[in-house]
Amino acid sequence: MKTVRIANGQGFWGDSVDAPLHLIEGGPIDYLGMDYLAEVTLSIMMRQKLKNPAAGYATDFIDFIRRALPQLVEKRIRVVTNAGGLNPKACRAKIFEVARELGLQGFKVGVVEGDDLLGRLPDLLGRGHELRNMDSGEPLAPRVSQVTSANAYIGARPVAEALDGGALIVLCGRVTDTALALGPLVHEFGWAEDDWDRLAAGTICGHILECGAQATGGNFTRWWEVPELWKVGYPIAEVEASGAFVVTKHPGTGGMVTVDTVSEQLVYEMGDPKSYITPDVTADFTSIRLTQEGTDRVRVSGITGRAKTPFLKISASYLDGYKAAGQVTVSGPRAIEKARLAAEIVWKRLERAGVTFAEDDRVTELLGVSAVLPGILAAPSDPPEVVLRLAVRDGDRAKVDRFGKEIAPLVTAGPPGVTGFAGGRPKGQEVVAYWPALLAREEIERTLEVSVEAI
Amino acid sequence: MARMAIVPLSRIAHARSGDKGDASNVGLVALSAAFYEVLVREVTVERVRRHFAAICRGEVERFEVPNLLALNFLLHDALGGGGTASLLTDAQGKTHGQGMLEMEIEVPEELL
Repeated sequence: MKTVRIANGQGFWGDSVDAPLHLIEGGPIDYLGMDYLAEVTLSIMMRQKLKNPAAGYATDFIDFIRRALPQLVEKRIRVVTNAGGLNPKACRAKIFEVARELGLQGFKVGVVEGDDLLGRLPDLLGRGHELRNMDSGEPLAPRVSQVTSANAYIGARPVAEALDGGALIVLCGRVTDTALALGPLVHEFGWAEDDWDRLAAGTICGHILECGAQATGGNFTRWWEVPELWKVGYPIAEVEASGAFVVTKHPGTGGMVTVDTVSEQLVYEMGDPKSYITPDVTADFTSIRLTQEGTDRVRVSGITGRAKTPFLKISASYLDGYKAAGQVTVSGPRAIEKARLAAEIVWKRLERAGVTFAEDDRVTELLGVSAVLPGILAAPSDPPEVVLRLAVRDGDRAKVDRFGKEIAPLVTAGPPGVTGFAGGRPKGQEVVAYWPALLAREEIERTLEVSVEAI
Repeated sequence: MARMAIVPLSRIAHARSGDKGDASNVGLVALSAAFYEVLVREVTVERVRRHFAAICRGEVERFEVPNLLALNFLLHDALGGGGTASLLTDAQGKTHGQGMLEMEIEVPEELL
């Protein structure tokens, strides 16, 4: 029986740079999914592309290609990634450049385009698409001048099309994380566009894989039971044509794959479990059956799905003012009292200087005294030290910068035992906020383009 | 009547949390089918709202996922604006799962 082995070597931009290499070298895999795009990463890439028309993709992916390309070509391991960002064709050109440097040829790279809607926003809004914020309900039009990127989430079909065209590497922009797995499965098994159960199975497979080690022992509640987490194996799914699959990892790696580790990943970032909506299908998480089939092998089966929705999700980002955060360490004795006094000093000095912030736009945290889980974990009454962290946000950059100048004076003009002020004055940073919306899918699907080129 | 013990949720369940916009999602997974029944009975929307009173300023939603022995909670308005706009250290609710497991609940002693 044919099975397809799909691995995930990059759960987010900033994940382990060695994990994908270990997946390639540690045993057989057919496909490697790599995720580089957080919700607002495209906004950063837009800025890079405006400065340099050859930029705007995930440069870390090129570092990976430089290390991995000889093995990818030799073993015919196919890579599907969103590293193309806003400029997948420039990313492809760079990959070909690296290939020439390494003396490699005889492979193809596919590019999926059509997710970038920034230039089309005036037209879309003009034709009555309001692109209302899915959380707040506000229409986009009043903020359109602040928008820095707008992309549609693309599904698995164009990924499969690029693979059908023979691509060894498929470069996408804003494709769903789950499509990094579902695309290869549609390509391999030829699942029909309305084969909802199998499409749901491939989608849930993608969900389990998409956060890398979170399926294999990372971030696991009973962390003390996880063997050799330092060399955790990233997840691999062995998928059958029926859509059933086994989650596993390479032999000799750390971590573990159990019904518990997989269950925890299934509930991660979950909304309504009956309706996990993607561009390809609506998957039902209440249909999943998990069975421990062997050591580090969990079988996932029974999955059902329903028809896809008429809409695709849009992920836009917009500039929403500025923020800054700064911190100092305050030693004991009486660390908590001194830290509270230090915070009060900062806010009062700013107020005297005419710089005030709305209650919701300033934060005082005493790290070490139950700052992240207030009211839940008991705070120590007299810890030997605490970290005082202050943060503000405002539409006026000058106010935010002024705040940044009021932390250092605490060292000499505050209570004793204030230290650990390093890294200079915190400066105001742009807040790039996230704007989720829905758009009729035909608006996007008719402009999708897949191109496959060989070297 | 079965004798009841008061224990933290961590005795009978796992948890993992993350963000969905300005909401955090906290998934709770029971360690057995019997413990799942306890979760359904004990870990109500109202209990979760009280437990996260200093963190969650909006509504709490609960979904049942019996095939995974899991409950999924959405804690709305719990991340100080969410994502990049938040000023909080835990802007993504990564710690909320660990916090959930500190909740004390009643469990029949015979199950422990």
